[in-house]
Formats: sequence, structure tokens, C-alpha cells
Amino acid sequence: MTLTQQIITIAAAVLGTMATRFLPFLLFPAHKKTPPLVLFLGKLLPPAVMGMLVIYSLKDVQLLGGTHGLPEALAIALLLALQLTLRNALITIGVSTVFYMLLVQKIFI
Amino acid sequence: MNKYRAAFATAFPLTLPICAAFLFLGMSYGVLTVSKGFSVWYPFFMSLLIFAGSMEFVTVGLLLSAFDPVGAFCMALMINSRHLFYGISMLERFKGMGWKKPYLIFGMCDESFSINCSAAIPPGIDKGWFMLFVTALNQLYWVTGATLGGLLGSSVSFNTKGLDFVLAALFITIFISQWQNSDNHQPALAGLCISAACLAFFGPQQFLLPSMLLIAALFIYFYYRGGIKP
Repeated sequence: MTLTQQIITIAAAVLGTMATRFLPFLLFPAHKKTPPLVLFLGKLLPPAVMGMLVIYSLKDVQLLGGTHGLPEALAIALLLALQLTLRNALITIGVSTVFYMLLVQKIFI
Repeated sequence: MNKYRAAFATAFPLTLPICAAFLFLGMSYGVLTVSKGFSVWYPFFMSLLIFAGSMEFVTVGLLLSAFDPVGAFCMALMINSRHLFYGISMLERFKGMGWKKPYLIFGMCDESFSINCSAAIPPGIDKGWFMLFVTALNQLYWVTGATLGGLLGSSVSFNTKGLDFVLAALFITIFISQWQNSDNHQPALAGLCISAACLAFFGPQQFLLPSMLLIAALFIYFYYRGGIKP
């Protein structure tokens, strides 16, 4: 690829990505009345999307082979215990991540 | 404390887990890109302008194959289609943000969206500046990581195995706090269960699109059936 072709390729990737981010705002501009169905979706989607992102961030966990998802399950158990008792997101995320790194680097090798 | 500093002081701590993740994951992206023979400008500009992690990794591969901008565009649409849901969720929240709005939309990656859509911003804190700081800090971490990785190349090596769990931990923690702050758990459960079922059925590469279609279909059904108060 020439430099120009590389720049066009990167620009196409930028354009495609930005289309997905800007499209809802272009379809339903602030100065027009948003259809009630879209407003309804806008309220229901955030918790559903977080559920989807949880699965997305765990999508490569091997349940059938490898460590059978055991390190992930242990770290999530610790995360739940921490978050339900201390309710401090930073401590929860920090401690459970360090715990997970120890598990996959030292124990489940 | 003026309103900028107050908004920054509220936003910054929430971005710390993302700082750790983005600096190191960004670095691995930078190292990978220069290892394929590209100069440091490539990870710098791609992390700055595409600013969507998985698409940036894919673009490195695209640059190494035959010239196909239409293919690159379609690939970006598919990989990032989940952003459509973020936009629909943020239509109301981004209203009246003025000049900040285009940047808030431009920088709406998974992590910035998660924080901006779920954070309980204390009264008295300027919402627009809060969201601007969250978005800009996250982008700063990612671009810094990618550029550093590009500069240092393969001369750096540290054992970051397992660090990417920090993003799973972030999303799970936000999921829990959203759960605790709402009475209706149906949307959260629907998102979790439908995605998990689609992952089992379609596999890790293909499951996002069918998940989104099923979630949207279910919620549209809820809307016409009535009886659900969001």
C-alpha cells in the first residue's frame, strides 16, 4: 500500500467507527421531538448494555478447556463480596484485578 | 473550588481503573503496530482518530492486506455496531451540551459510555464538564499508552497477563451498582442472559450483533405490550 492508500484506509476505519457513534444523534436531533419508542429504548438499554458488556469482556474465557473459567469465577466471587460489603468501586476493581493477575500468573499457569 | 476543578475532581477517580487498563493495553497495541514495521505515528494517529480498541487492532491487519477502503468501512460498522445502543441511551443526557456534544459523541468508547451513563453525578457538579473530563482523560490514557508502546517498541516487556480483567471488573461493578439502584431488573437480566445465550450459540466473534437484535426486539415488544416502567 502507498501512503495515500494507507491514509484512505485509516480514514475509512475512522468514518465507519464515527458513523456508529453519531448516527443516533443525526437520526434524532435535539431540536426535534424524539419518538416515544426511542426514548423508551434509551431508558431500558443502559442496564441491558452493561449486561452485554459484562459478557463481552468475558467472551474469551474458556469454559470447556484450559482452566475452565476457574480464575475468572474466583475473581468475580471476590469482586462480588468486596462490592456488596465495601461498596467502593476503586477498591473492588483494583483488588479483584490484582487477585486475578496473581491467579493467572502464579497459580493457573 | 471553581466548577472545572470540581468536575475534574469528581471525574478523575472514576477513570483510574481505566487509566491502568488503557496505558498497558494501549502500550501493547503500540508495540504490536511498530512490530509490523509501522512508525510510531501510526499507533498515535489511529488511537487518536479511530479511538475504538478492537477496530484499531483490526486496522493494523487491514493496512497489511490489499487496498480495500469500502471493506474497512463496513468492518468498522460491524465491529462498532454496539455504539448505536450507546447513542440511543445518551440522546437525552447529551442534550444541551453545546460545543462539548460532538466531542462527547466522538470519544464515546465502551468505558467512557459506561461511566457517563451510570455515574451518579452529585448535585452542584457540572454534568457537561464531568462527562468531558471522563471522555478526555480516557482518550488521553489510551493515546499515551499507544504512543509510548510505539516509541519503546519491543524493548519493553512486563508481565501484564490478566490485566485486561480490569475492564471486566469495571463493567461488572457498574452492572451491580445499576442493579442496586433500580427496582426493575428485567432490562439488566435481559441484556445479560440474551448475550450469554448468543455467546454460547454464535461464539465470541459473532455474538454481538444477534444479541443486540434480540435485545432490541424484546424491548420493542415490551413497549407495545405496555406495563413496563423504565
